[in-house]
Amino acid sequence: MSFEVDVVRRIGEAEIRLAFSSGPGLTALFGPSGCGKTSVLNMVAGLLRPDRGRIVVAGETLFGDGIDVPPETRRAGYVFQDRRLFPHLSVRANLAYGRREEAALMGLDEAATFLGIGHLLDRRPASLSGGEAQRVAIGRALLSGPRFLLMDEPLVALDRARADEIMVVIERIRDEVGLPILYVSHNPAEVARLATHVVEVSR
Amino acid sequence: MTGEDWGIVLLSLKVAITAVLLVLPIAFALAWLLARKRFPGRILVDALVHLPLVLPPVVTGWALLLLFGRMGPIGGLLDRWFGVTVMFRWTGAVIAAAVMALPLMVRAIRLSIEAIDARLEEAARTLGASRVRVFRTISLPLALPGILAGLVLGFARSLGEFGATISFVSNIPGETGTLPIAIYAAMQVPGGEGRVVRLAIVSVILSLGALIASELMIRRANPRAHVL
Repeated sequence: MSFEVDVVRRIGEAEIRLAFSSGPGLTALFGPSGCGKTSVLNMVAGLLRPDRGRIVVAGETLFGDGIDVPPETRRAGYVFQDRRLFPHLSVRANLAYGRREEAALMGLDEAATFLGIGHLLDRRPASLSGGEAQRVAIGRALLSGPRFLLMDEPLVALDRARADEIMVVIERIRDEVGLPILYVSHNPAEVARLATHVVEVSR
Repeated sequence: MTGEDWGIVLLSLKVAITAVLLVLPIAFALAWLLARKRFPGRILVDALVHLPLVLPPVVTGWALLLLFGRMGPIGGLLDRWFGVTVMFRWTGAVIAAAVMALPLMVRAIRLSIEAIDARLEEAARTLGASRVRVFRTISLPLALPGILAGLVLGFARSLGEFGATISFVSNIPGETGTLPIAIYAAMQVPGGEGRVVRLAIVSVILSLGALIASELMIRRANPRAHVL
């Protein structure tokens, strides 16, 4: 099993309750906005603590049974919806920030070529377009030597052509790199194209 | 400028620079505490930090006199343990300047810490960075404009410090006779106008220079940030 998640978390009035398990490939959390999909990703990343439950990824317990692995050792490659590139660092330094030599799936230049961002390495994030910033965010996550990827609406705010480019990249990560991916989306077409497993999330 | 004038300027610089360097780590720690932590008594700490800003400086100087005098709780310990006193010494002028600069520095640094996007710190942690590394590589660089602004404000405030200094350590030429105190003293003596003019001009140049230098430093670090 790639992802085994069974979590409960109260946020204000709302209660997020989700249980699923899925095999290799891309697992899509699919549902309307505001139903807590991002909160589930944050719990898997270790940024939000479930009130109770269990999170196991690729056989390793990240949360539950008295275990709560801190985010820096979970090795989640998290691609945030708002990208969160470090504004004071160049694209190159952003890509290298989480670099784990021993666990590197690919070199920095190789990743830059793979993502088509080789010409952007000396720029600052503020000068990138949405699609460029998204590819840098994906590259930064890939280069951190992740054991799995978390992607939160990576295509939102992109036009069709850019979204298509990124989808090709995600398919290659899914098929060629072979990382388990937990993917949040509210777009049925995107989910139909990318997902190996679909988990419907309702309010 | 006479040799004595230069002595006054150098003493002022020595006092102001020592004061801001001394108070910077304290100001940063307090700013971090007030910006990031919720604890009982937070409002009291906040108010105490700001007290020198609203209190008549003479009262602050008098309070320092009570604390650091030979019979005072801090002055007594300094005397007993190290055999030193800050009374009527330039080190006392440093303490007065530091206390007066503290609130301004805490305010500037705190604003910049509050402006740090915590989501970037989260992102850094998912990339494998420990809390210490996140602080060093994300939080601190992002707070840098505020830290520099705080340094400049603190330096300018220290350079201009008068009331607390004169009531705490008096006017001892060569020890506590900093620019504003020397200017005030020169205004009291017949024929002192020349010195007043010279020292006033130096004051303007130093303050202006500090502001421009910090602005340039910050622009180099981040083209869109500014202090002024």
